Amino acid sequence: MHLQVSNVSKSFGEGRDRKLVLEDISFELVSGQFMALVGSSGSGKSTVMRLIAGLERPSEGTIHLDGEQVRRPGSDRGMVFQKYSLYPWLTAAQNVAFGLSLQGRGKAEIRERTAYFLDVVGLADAARLLPRELSGGMQQRVAIARALATEPKVLLLDEPFGALDLQIRESMQEFLHDLWKTTGLTALLITHDIEEALLLAGTVHIMAPRPGRIVHTVAVQLDRSDLRHLRVSQPFLELREELAGRLRSLDGSLL
Amino acid sequence: MVRSPALRRFFHHPWVLGVLGILTVFVVWFLATSSGMVDKLFLPGPGAVWQAGSDQFQQGILVKDAIASIQRVFLGFVISAGLALPIGIAMGTNRTICHLLEPLMGLIRYMPAPAFIPLLIIYFGLEELPKVMLIFIGTFFFNTLMIMDAVKFVPSELVETALTLGGRGVPILTRVVAPFIAPQVLDTYRINMASAWNLVIVAELVAANEGLGKRISLAQRFLRTDEIFVGLIVIGLIGLIIDLGFRFLMRRACSWAN
Repeated sequence: MHLQVSNVSKSFGEGRDRKLVLEDISFELVSGQFMALVGSSGSGKSTVMRLIAGLERPSEGTIHLDGEQVRRPGSDRGMVFQKYSLYPWLTAAQNVAFGLSLQGRGKAEIRERTAYFLDVVGLADAARLLPRELSGGMQQRVAIARALATEPKVLLLDEPFGALDLQIRESMQEFLHDLWKTTGLTALLITHDIEEALLLAGTVHIMAPRPGRIVHTVAVQLDRSDLRHLRVSQPFLELREELAGRLRSLDGSLL
Repeated sequence: MVRSPALRRFFHHPWVLGVLGILTVFVVWFLATSSGMVDKLFLPGPGAVWQAGSDQFQQGILVKDAIASIQRVFLGFVISAGLALPIGIAMGTNRTICHLLEPLMGLIRYMPAPAFIPLLIIYFGLEELPKVMLIFIGTFFFNTLMIMDAVKFVPSELVETALTLGGRGVPILTRVVAPFIAPQVLDTYRINMASAWNLVIVAELVAANEGLGKRISLAQRFLRTDEIFVGLIVIGLIGLIIDLGFRFLMRRACSWAN
């Protein structure tokens, strides 16, 4: 798997209302990598994700997935939204099965894969529950299972834990890290939370706002054997503080 | 006032209070008429109305009238609802179609449907067609615009999720949009069904051989207020049953939305 984002710019609106949202974004993502884009609101990080998902088209530049240009949404790029993305009339299992049945897979295969991915996210017991009967964290795990079930080449996570309580967010970060380790998935995470990015991603891009652009890239080399310990370890806190300072100075330069 | 918790729970049950409200009116009605304070010609007692009703029932008029009215309502409303669904969805999902049709429908919607009766009689005569058309005209535009609104409120995340799962085109409509709007569509139909009943009675008052509205206008001619009351109560009951039917359907089919 090779995702290549080359010199992508995006503007919305026409004529005098034209507004540049992203300027000259380039990066690449390869199999098994976990990458994060961090930025404050207005940095256009969600737009980057929507461009890769094919929900928007770049104004300039190109996005290629395995050599093929991205022109529309497809199941090779699974997406998890911040919230409200489960179908409220379908059970957890039916939600996970949704993409598979859209693709017209056989009944037996759908049943088997649904059970497997519900189990992967630890929700085998919740298969028959409706989304409104699930907690926020469980709902996001169903959304992740649904995205994984169609076997995407890359998983796009748009602030997946942004709407959750702090404690649940921490356990979800550990869950996602374990999932990445066990399944070897390739992921691109959008977040405004530096800690989250540093805990999970091997490569972190810091984005500046107005227009959105990548201003700094860090290759994170930390011992991730115990995330709980890592959160309070000295090297982690120092790196977090350094990046937080950079983000603050970006916001400060706007005033 | 009410001390015992069991009794309070009983009185707070919505059905109990509803029945109590209806019973109160009946008691007042009964007392007012049996006391002899009101002229029986203007306000017949519950007994007289019951008698008139059972007479009509035994002669077979009541059932025949009810069937005639129900048929008109259902025919007009089924056509209206059936056309409003695809057109409303099309307007809600496609901006061009919406811009093309919304002003037109917004305009016609404010034309009172009964004002079309003279035209409908000129065009279609005095048979069933003008009555069915009246119900269609009176409900179609409301149905369509309300369904359009429901479609516009489908969260974009639900549609975009389906797109990123490999969905495209018609399956998005049938598997995302349709189930999401189903509760609102049922509610739209339930609300506009009430106008359909208004209109069928209006149409029958103007020109009809049978029907509950026709029976009321005949009763007026012979000063049979008891028969007018029979008509009113039967219309109310049928409306209530249809309303409850829609609510039941909604609870069964869209339990996720409650």
